[in-house]
Amino acid sequence: MKKITALLLALVMVFALCACGGNSGSKIDTDKADFKVGFICLHDENSTYDLNFINAAKAACENLGLSEDQYIIKTNIPEGQECYNAAADLADAGCSVVFADSFGHEDYMIQAAKEFPEVQFCHATGTKAHTEGLDNYHNAFASIYEGRFLAGVAAGMKLNEMIDNGEITAEEALIGYVGAFTYAEVISGYTSFFLGARYMCPSATMKVTFTGSWYDEAAEKEAANKLISDGCVLISQHADSMGAPTACEKAGVPDVSYNGSTVDACPNTFIVSSRIDWTPYYEMVIKAVMNGEALDADWTGTLATGSVVLTDVNEAVAAAGTADKIAEVKAALEAGEIKVFDTATFTVGGKTLDSYKADVDTDADYTADTEVISDGAFNESVFRSAPYFDIQIDGITLLDQNFG
Amino acid sequence: MNKQNKEPLVHIVKRGAMPWYKAWAIRGIALVAALLLCAVITTVCTGLDPVKVYDTMIQGNFGSERKIWILLQNIAILLCISLAVTPAFKMKFWNIGAEGQVLAGGLAAAACMICLADKLSPAMLIVVICAAGVIGGAIWGFIPAFFKAKWNTNETLFTLMMNYVAMQLVAYFTIVWEVPKGSGKIGIINQSTELGWLPQIGDYKYLLNVLVVVAITVFVYIYMNYSKHGYELSVVGESERTARYVGIKVDRVIMRTMLLSGAICGVAGVLLVSGTDHTITTTISDGRGFTAVMVSWLAKFNPITMIFTSFLLVFMDRGAGEISTVFSLNQSFADILCGVIIFFIIGCEFFISYKLSFRKSEKADKTEAGEQSDADEKKEVKEDV
Repeated sequence: MKKITALLLALVMVFALCACGGNSGSKIDTDKADFKVGFICLHDENSTYDLNFINAAKAACENLGLSEDQYIIKTNIPEGQECYNAAADLADAGCSVVFADSFGHEDYMIQAAKEFPEVQFCHATGTKAHTEGLDNYHNAFASIYEGRFLAGVAAGMKLNEMIDNGEITAEEALIGYVGAFTYAEVISGYTSFFLGARYMCPSATMKVTFTGSWYDEAAEKEAANKLISDGCVLISQHADSMGAPTACEKAGVPDVSYNGSTVDACPNTFIVSSRIDWTPYYEMVIKAVMNGEALDADWTGTLATGSVVLTDVNEAVAAAGTADKIAEVKAALEAGEIKVFDTATFTVGGKTLDSYKADVDTDADYTADTEVISDGAFNESVFRSAPYFDIQIDGITLLDQNFG
Repeated sequence: MNKQNKEPLVHIVKRGAMPWYKAWAIRGIALVAALLLCAVITTVCTGLDPVKVYDTMIQGNFGSERKIWILLQNIAILLCISLAVTPAFKMKFWNIGAEGQVLAGGLAAAACMICLADKLSPAMLIVVICAAGVIGGAIWGFIPAFFKAKWNTNETLFTLMMNYVAMQLVAYFTIVWEVPKGSGKIGIINQSTELGWLPQIGDYKYLLNVLVVVAITVFVYIYMNYSKHGYELSVVGESERTARYVGIKVDRVIMRTMLLSGAICGVAGVLLVSGTDHTITTTISDGRGFTAVMVSWLAKFNPITMIFTSFLLVFMDRGAGEISTVFSLNQSFADILCGVIIFFIIGCEFFISYKLSFRKSEKADKTEAGEQSDADEKKEVKEDV
């Protein structure tokens, strides 16, 4: 009986979807009816990272009134020739714009962009668009370091609460961080998170470990467990599975997640999560391509564009007043009163940084080419959209460098 | 009726050689049955029209010229690796290290592309890459064979472990060559200069790969069926003692065959690294070293039949990907359908080799004299065997 009900329900939903598709189709002009968009994802919905992209893709298409057969999402596309094949296949299928979501897709997107000059190829998190010189190849990222700073504020407040309650001493305010790889995107992420935490809790320190994979549930869980046994009292992550959050839930250690809320699976430990909302970017690009407007090589979303967002704070776990404080700091960030990478707030080898050349133009020899410090701050995501902050600051210990 | 000798309801009898059309009829029936079961699963689980799903699978493989080329390319690589493992299997040397041999060949090719690009002329570079890839694969195949020949080590474990060694080596060199530092990926090698890339024939990106593999198929077919080497390795496979008795040097045959096996895997590595992906990753072989085992066995080690079995597996895989894209189903669902179909196809081989013999009904028993029928039955079994 249950099965029959489920079947009926499924059928009803299918019909409902068909009906929706029919309705939304009428929203757009008839000459745009054959407009198509393609999305390439490294994994599928099981990865929090890809789920975040897939949700944004669907939302953007729905907001713009594209019907379901006007967008194609290809999942589980590895970072190799398959990416080129998928991109070319989407171009063949009539897509005017193709998006890809993973760092390693970049070279294959460029290869496809060279072959299909009339199609726009947009790659999230990539670094090469500004040096490649192709009119139809673009990079995008968001100032997620601001989001992570805000998430760090929530973490710092939780640490303060633990210190005030006498659960830990000020010196024991040790954060653990599970990172994927050791390049700028991750370094910028954990450093901004740490600076946010230390903004609230000056005695905080952090240990970082790396898994060498974007999605490895067992390794991430293991890494979180190791950090917890090393004395970390709060965990955050930059890797895409549920490994670290579930390890925290089991151990009862508060967790600041990434890519989206994990409150359903971890109601007793989840504090807050920052993520990039790609919907504004997708909408902007699709609209521009529809209207035949040119796109910039790089696009950086911000708090203001709605690209950097935080989930709701889990009041059951977070320190009292966290949401208000986040709102306050967010306003200060937007007003420019607080800068995430303010050189007065961190030291490198005991010294304040007054000059730093970053490897903004990617090359095989990692040549540092651009001065990125001015007006007392490291200017992240200004010279290209993808992060290039790759400095090891004091207060953060890297447990392993196996992958770098 | 004699209670002690009560006949079971069903018993299994080995068949004699079956005419080819009958064997293919059984395979056809299995395929139809598999498709029917998949149709039921699809309708019950997703509410989709199974005919549409099958049509999508076909479209995913043959829907456009590009899709056909991708299909051919994937068949070529899978077939190449399957051909590589076949001589070893025929010799009953269980080489499940094709994955590692492909990686070793690919790694050698990638090393040349990265380190020698500005030191050699473009044509010379290609020659060096091909040689390095083939030698890399051959060495990876030779090591377990050497230990097997000299000290009779277990080749299944040895080749399996060599896979992990190759994988770790690739992981290590990924870190050495990664761009940008710390990102865990090498990216396309020599993307702007295309140095060390295998040449493209006309507008056809994958044509060269296909032609190379066609040549290897013909070579392996002749090698296995018409050469002295091929004969020797099949004798070793049947019985090592017999081989020794007739004067075949078993050690040499094992090492020689595995050198060949590894070398062909090396070719697959070169085709992947220098001819297709233009990069090296630990997952570049994508499990095909293991799928090849199935391809080879399904085809009963016949290189020509392997074309069809590798086509079948690639077709299913590509079709599965298309289903998940078009109907926004999870990839796992498409994998379930593939699993069902492959299960039926492997399972039907049982019915080709054996037949089920049912107990005759009691009525039939009564009409015949008990003992006479028993004797008859025994005779029948003998004839069948």
